[in-house]
Amino acid sequence: MTDQAQILPGTLDLLILKAVSLGPLHGYGVLLRIAQISGQALLIEQGALYPALFRLVRQGLLKASWGTSDNNRRAKFYELTTAGRKRLREEVDGWNRLATAIGSALGAQPEEV
Amino acid sequence: MSPVAYLRAVAGKIFHRSQLASDLDEELLSHIQSRADDLEHSGLSRTEAERRARIEFGGQEKFKDECHEALGANFAESMVQDIRLSVRVLRKSPGFTLVAVFTLALAIGANSVVFGVLNALILRPLNVPNAASLWSIERGNNKAINHSYPDYRDLRERNRSFEDLAAYNVTAVGIDTGNHPAGAWILETTGNYFDTLHVQPYLGRFFHASDEHGPNSAPYIVLTHQFWHTHFQDDRGVVGRVVQLNKHPFTILGVAPPDFRGTLLFVFPDFWVPLVNQEQIEGLDVSTDRGNRDLLMVMGHLKPGVSKAQAISDLNSIGRDLEKNYPKEDGHMTFSLTRPGLAGDWLGDPLRGFLAGLMLLAGLILLAACANLGSLFAARAADRSREVALRLALGSRRVRILRTLFTEAVIISLFGGAIGLGGSIVLLRALSVWRPFPSAPLTIAVYPDASVYLVALFLALASGFLFGAVPVRQVLHTNPYEVVKTGSAARIGRRISVRDLLLVGQIAICAVLVTASLVAVRGLVRSLSSNFGFEPRNAVLVETSLNMAGYSGESVPIIQKKMIDALLAIPGVTSVGSVDRLPLYYGANGSHVFSDQTTDLRPANAAADVVVYAVSPGYFAAAQTTLLTGRSVDWHDDKNSPRVAVVNHQFAGKMFGSVSNAVGAYYKLADGSRVQAVGVVEDGKYASLAEDPQPAMFLSMLQAPAREVALVVRASRDPQQLVAPIKRTIESLDPGLPFTIEMWTRELGSALFPSRMATFSLGVLGLLGSMLAVTGIFGMAAYSVSKRLRELGIRIALGGQRAEVLKTAFGRVFQLLALGSIAGLFLGVLASRVLAYIVYQATPRDPLVLIAVVLAMSLLGLLATWIPARRALSVDPLVLLREE
Repeated sequence: MTDQAQILPGTLDLLILKAVSLGPLHGYGVLLRIAQISGQALLIEQGALYPALFRLVRQGLLKASWGTSDNNRRAKFYELTTAGRKRLREEVDGWNRLATAIGSALGAQPEEV
Repeated sequence: MSPVAYLRAVAGKIFHRSQLASDLDEELLSHIQSRADDLEHSGLSRTEAERRARIEFGGQEKFKDECHEALGANFAESMVQDIRLSVRVLRKSPGFTLVAVFTLALAIGANSVVFGVLNALILRPLNVPNAASLWSIERGNNKAINHSYPDYRDLRERNRSFEDLAAYNVTAVGIDTGNHPAGAWILETTGNYFDTLHVQPYLGRFFHASDEHGPNSAPYIVLTHQFWHTHFQDDRGVVGRVVQLNKHPFTILGVAPPDFRGTLLFVFPDFWVPLVNQEQIEGLDVSTDRGNRDLLMVMGHLKPGVSKAQAISDLNSIGRDLEKNYPKEDGHMTFSLTRPGLAGDWLGDPLRGFLAGLMLLAGLILLAACANLGSLFAARAADRSREVALRLALGSRRVRILRTLFTEAVIISLFGGAIGLGGSIVLLRALSVWRPFPSAPLTIAVYPDASVYLVALFLALASGFLFGAVPVRQVLHTNPYEVVKTGSAARIGRRISVRDLLLVGQIAICAVLVTASLVAVRGLVRSLSSNFGFEPRNAVLVETSLNMAGYSGESVPIIQKKMIDALLAIPGVTSVGSVDRLPLYYGANGSHVFSDQTTDLRPANAAADVVVYAVSPGYFAAAQTTLLTGRSVDWHDDKNSPRVAVVNHQFAGKMFGSVSNAVGAYYKLADGSRVQAVGVVEDGKYASLAEDPQPAMFLSMLQAPAREVALVVRASRDPQQLVAPIKRTIESLDPGLPFTIEMWTRELGSALFPSRMATFSLGVLGLLGSMLAVTGIFGMAAYSVSKRLRELGIRIALGGQRAEVLKTAFGRVFQLLALGSIAGLFLGVLASRVLAYIVYQATPRDPLVLIAVVLAMSLLGLLATWIPARRALSVDPLVLLREE
């Protein structure tokens, strides 16, 4: 797993929102989903996920409810609220703008300056 | 985060703590199990899978803490923790807590009572719509609040600054609702009174300017809600009913709203009567008499946009005109504006001064209490330095420790504040229903309102932070290593600590308060023992208004003589005389007099402004006013004889140069009539106890009939026994005449009321200050003894003398006491001007007061160190050394 990248600070919330937007997930499920959608490229420390989840719940972006997981364990499931959905859209837009800007900055050639 | 969400977070954390924790545990466990499931699928054993899952997860406790923090509301949470801890700590030392709470309750209680009175009488405006623009008009340099009716009419019609001006007057009237006639207190007002004030009726209607059509044209009354309640049992059918006022029929028009009780804060009338019917009520009509200024107070709302200064210059320009047109009546017509409610600055200024002084002293009490508690807290913090050091050593932040200390202080201050406020509310309510004089409508309506509660809360919080801040430096400078190593008894011989300074300050404040209260007591004693110019002891007063029973003109002196003769026939009565207005009873009537040669009788030419009384023959004997020379008035001085008067010593000196010149000499009254002075009596007190000697003249009642009558009945036996025969005698003369019987000493209470109240309130504050000083010194002494118990024990074991031991234990305390007392005494003397405002003849330079203050302070010191001293002397060195 040496080619896994450390996630940038501040992007964990965005990743969680994105993962949950694809369907309600429990904590461990969020980890799996992020690993899956990032092509196993992003590494998240398992315990660090939970403070982030709690924070998002407090901010009203996620809501949590107890349910049963696929392998029949009681687990807390998280899903997006309306505010969460809106925030995800904004964050994605912001991220895309930033990525484009950085991409074009890094791709600059001497003759373009 | 929205406030609602925040509150939810706080509530969740406080009320569902264990629920949150177990939820979190379960969630993390579920995560690890799921991970272990996956690992198991990849071929590991269950035990190994779970072990690996836990390792991968990382430090569980750390993440749990982070989750807890992520829930928010951390400040509130640690606050709740602090409160829990503080309550536990305080409950462990109930003695300390009780003393602290009690001290603060007293101090804050005193402050909120004083503020309550200040608020109700000075700060709170009259309860009328738009009170901010309502002003009362004062005249001249001495700020007279009374005006004549023609002047009032000119001011009303010619000013351009006021929406309207209304005038009113307080007077008494006899009312007969069909049962027994009784006296009532009323406001006589101009017809536009209610409209000027924008007050709306509660029931029926008010009278208006349009109801006035000349003398006695508006026989209407409007009841106060309270009078309606007590006398008509809230009967809504009362509108339209006819009652008898002084035997004249008046129709009840309506009832005023419950929160409108007239335009004076200390006189609550029973009902309102139009001024045009003054003749029926008072037997006189001043509507055309420009020189008669005894009655009317004038007030009105300023027009929007008109400033106070503009209104004053407007009034002054009318005044200049009046001076020109009526030189005889209108002397000095300049005007100023004041708030209505306290009868102008005549009463308002001294009252404001007094209450401000009182508030200052109450503030000092609170400061002293804070100093007291501050040193207690500092001592506690020193005792707990081991605990603080341990907490610091274990990694607690200093801020957090300070927060715990502050929480303790604020909890104590809030408890103390709540108790103090509760007590003050009870006291203020009691004060509000109290009628100090049964025969007068005087009230002290000081119902507490929201601002009183707010001030109490603010004071409680502020003082909590103030005394909580005392040990801050101590905590900040705690070196955990040192404290744990050497124990807390380390520093004894330190130079000057904060605690010492606090004690000195506190004793100084206490000495100021003790000085103030002693000065007040001394002032009261003096005013009680000063010469009034009459003797109130062993005299009974019968007070009545003859016009209440329909007497007027010629019939007045006749019934008066009948009454005097009948009363003289009662066994045990030595002399009886009447006077139109008792001296020292709500001010005195004044009038200009002129020398016999003066022909132009304008006020500017007056020889003197003198106090006027109308007395019957026998009055001086009954009042025991000493006749210096000449004769008193007698029954021959009636209206067919030349006018005569008895003058006082001051009058004789001022008008005629000497007492001997006065007898037989003539002078002129304002109406031009010549009067011969036939006798001279001693000076007395007429308007107030504090006044300088005033010139006074006593006219013959037969030549100057008065409807208000106070009969002075002098007895050779216990005056109480005369009450029943006097009552029978008067009732047999005229059963329809309302009257009151009272001991003169009791009636005099009204004159002494201000200084009595001042003495009482200053005495209470002085007592509070003394209590605080005792507890402060006691705390300090007890603490110093307990800290040095071992040292004292060793001294005693080595053969130390008792005196030496005491000196060691209390030398410092007594030094501080002396220092504080001297400072306080000095301040007290400096504050003499403030005190002179408050109390009659107050001077702290009085040697008796100074000696008493020194004595009181030493006594307090002895009292406070008594118990610790006993403890220091009874130390058993063996027991002590064994304990260690």
